[in-house]
Amino acid sequence: MKTYDIVIIGGGPAGLAAAVSARKSGIESILIVERDKELGGILNQCIHNGFGLHTFKEELTGPEYAARFIEQVKELDIEYKLNTMVMDISHEKVVTIMNRTDGMVEIQAKAVILAMGCRERSRGALNIPGYRPAGIFSAGTAQRLVNMEGYLPGRKVVILGSGDIGLIMARRMTFEGAKVQVVAELMPFSGGLKRNIVQCLDDYDIPLKLSHTVVDIRGKQRVEGVTIAEVDNHGKPIPGTEEDYDCDTLLLSCGLIPENELSNGMGVDMNRVTSGPNVNESLETSIDGVFACGNVLHVHDLVDFVSEEATTAGKNAAKYVKDGEGRAEGGRDIVLNPIEGVRYTVPGTINVDRMDDNLTVRFRVGGVYKNVYVSAYFDDERVIHKKRPVVAPGEMEDIKLTKAKLQEYPDLKTITIKIEEA
Amino acid sequence: MEKRELICIGCPMGCPLTVEMNGTEVASVTGNTCPRGDAYAKKEVTNPTRIVTSTVMVEGGSVDMVSVKTKEDIPKGKIFECVKALKGIKVKAPIHIGDVIVSNVAETGVDIIATKNA
Repeated sequence: MKTYDIVIIGGGPAGLAAAVSARKSGIESILIVERDKELGGILNQCIHNGFGLHTFKEELTGPEYAARFIEQVKELDIEYKLNTMVMDISHEKVVTIMNRTDGMVEIQAKAVILAMGCRERSRGALNIPGYRPAGIFSAGTAQRLVNMEGYLPGRKVVILGSGDIGLIMARRMTFEGAKVQVVAELMPFSGGLKRNIVQCLDDYDIPLKLSHTVVDIRGKQRVEGVTIAEVDNHGKPIPGTEEDYDCDTLLLSCGLIPENELSNGMGVDMNRVTSGPNVNESLETSIDGVFACGNVLHVHDLVDFVSEEATTAGKNAAKYVKDGEGRAEGGRDIVLNPIEGVRYTVPGTINVDRMDDNLTVRFRVGGVYKNVYVSAYFDDERVIHKKRPVVAPGEMEDIKLTKAKLQEYPDLKTITIKIEEA
Repeated sequence: MEKRELICIGCPMGCPLTVEMNGTEVASVTGNTCPRGDAYAKKEVTNPTRIVTSTVMVEGGSVDMVSVKTKEDIPKGKIFECVKALKGIKVKAPIHIGDVIVSNVAETGVDIIATKNA
C-alpha cells in the first residue's frame, strides 16, 4: 500500500492552505485529493471581488485568491490528484480513492486533514410545497452555470434565502440581463454579510423581504410563479399576506451544511450545532491524527479565515507526524462552554500543554444583538469583556486566547463564552 | 450638519460608517476600522464607484469561461454600460491573470482584466 505522511481531502481553499502550511512545517510526503478537474474549489466560481484583504492586504476575486495558493502548491512541488473521489477513510487512516486512470486505490496516511467544504441546503431539506418543475436551483448551482459554464438559468427570478451566494447571484443575474424581483428571507435578519446587501441588492433596487418565505411554487414543466408570504415569530406563514410573483426561476440560498459523509464514515465525533467534527485546540478530531479545517469544520463567511484555520491545521498535522508516538500525551483539557447567545465554539477543548502561544476561538451567535459585550469567563472570573456594537448570526465572531494567560490559571476547567448586555 | 449612515463595502467586515456632511463637503467619517473605510465613505457620498466582475467566453482553453474584472473601480452609473461592453466577447487561450481583455471599457479609462488563467 502506498503511504503518505499527510493526505488532504479536498483541494479548495482549506486543503490548499493546509498543504502549503504542512510543507513549510517540514513534511515532504503530502497528497491532496480533489474531485473536481482543477484545484481551487468553490473559489473558481466566486468571480466577485472582496477576497484576501486579511491574507494578502489587497482585494482579489475568488479565482485570483485561489491562484495565489495554487502557485504556492506548485512551487513547493506538493503532489495532488484531480478528478479523484475519496470513497472511504478508515479509522486506521486508510484512504480509499478512485479515479479513471488509477482505478480504486488504497493509501495509508499517517495524518489526514479533512477539507471537504460544504454543500447547499436543497429544496428537499426545506420542505417547500408545490410542484417540482424545472427552474429551481440552489444559488451555487446557478453561480456555476453562469460563471463557469456560460449559461443563464432564467430571466425572471425570485430568490429564497439571503445567504451570501444568493445575494451575489442577485447582482450577477441582473448583470446578465435577468430581472431579480425579490429576495425573501424566513428570518427577521439576513443570513448574509451587510456589505453584500448594500452592493448586491441596494445598488440595484432589489427588495429584501425579511420574515417571508415561499409557500407555493406554480408550473408543471417549468416554474411559472411562486407565492411568498409573511411569517410569524414561529416561522409560520400568516394567512392573507400572500403575494404572487410570476417568474421562471427560483434560487435557493438557505444555508450551507458541512459535507461530512467521510468523517461520519470513519467514526469522528460530530458537533450537532456546526454539523462538523468536534475538535481540540490543534483542530484535531476525536481520532488521533485526523484534523479538520475550513467549511467542513464549520461554515465560514470569509475565505481569509478558512486559510488561517487551515494553516493551523496543516502545521499541527505536521507536528503530529514529526512527533509520532513521542507526542506529549495527557495534560489537562479545558472545556469551552458556549451559552447565552453563543451557539458553538471552534475549538471545543483546549489542551494548554499542546496549544500554540496564541489561539483564536471562533463562534457564531444565535440572534442579532446590539451594543453588547462578548465575554469569556475562566471558571467564575470574567477575563475577556469585548464591546461589540452589533453581532449577528451571519457574521462569525472570535476571541483570542494566549498560552501565557491560560498558564496563569492552573486549575481552570471551563471557559464560558457568552453575550452580555451592556 | 447632514449625517449619512453607510455600511462599508471595502471588506467583509462591513463596518457601520457615519459621514458628516458640510453641504457637499465631507466633514468627518467615523465608525471605520481602517483607512479603506475612510476612503470608501468619502467616495460613496461624492462619487460612488464599484469594481465590476463578470465572465467572457474563451476558445481553446482549459475552461469555457474566463472571469474578468475592472482593474479599478468605475463610477456606479457606468456599471451597466461596462457589462454591456463585455457581451459577446470571445478571447483565445492562453489567457493569464492580469491580461487586458477590453481596454478603456465604457470610456471609463479603466481596463477589463482577466482574473483566471485559461
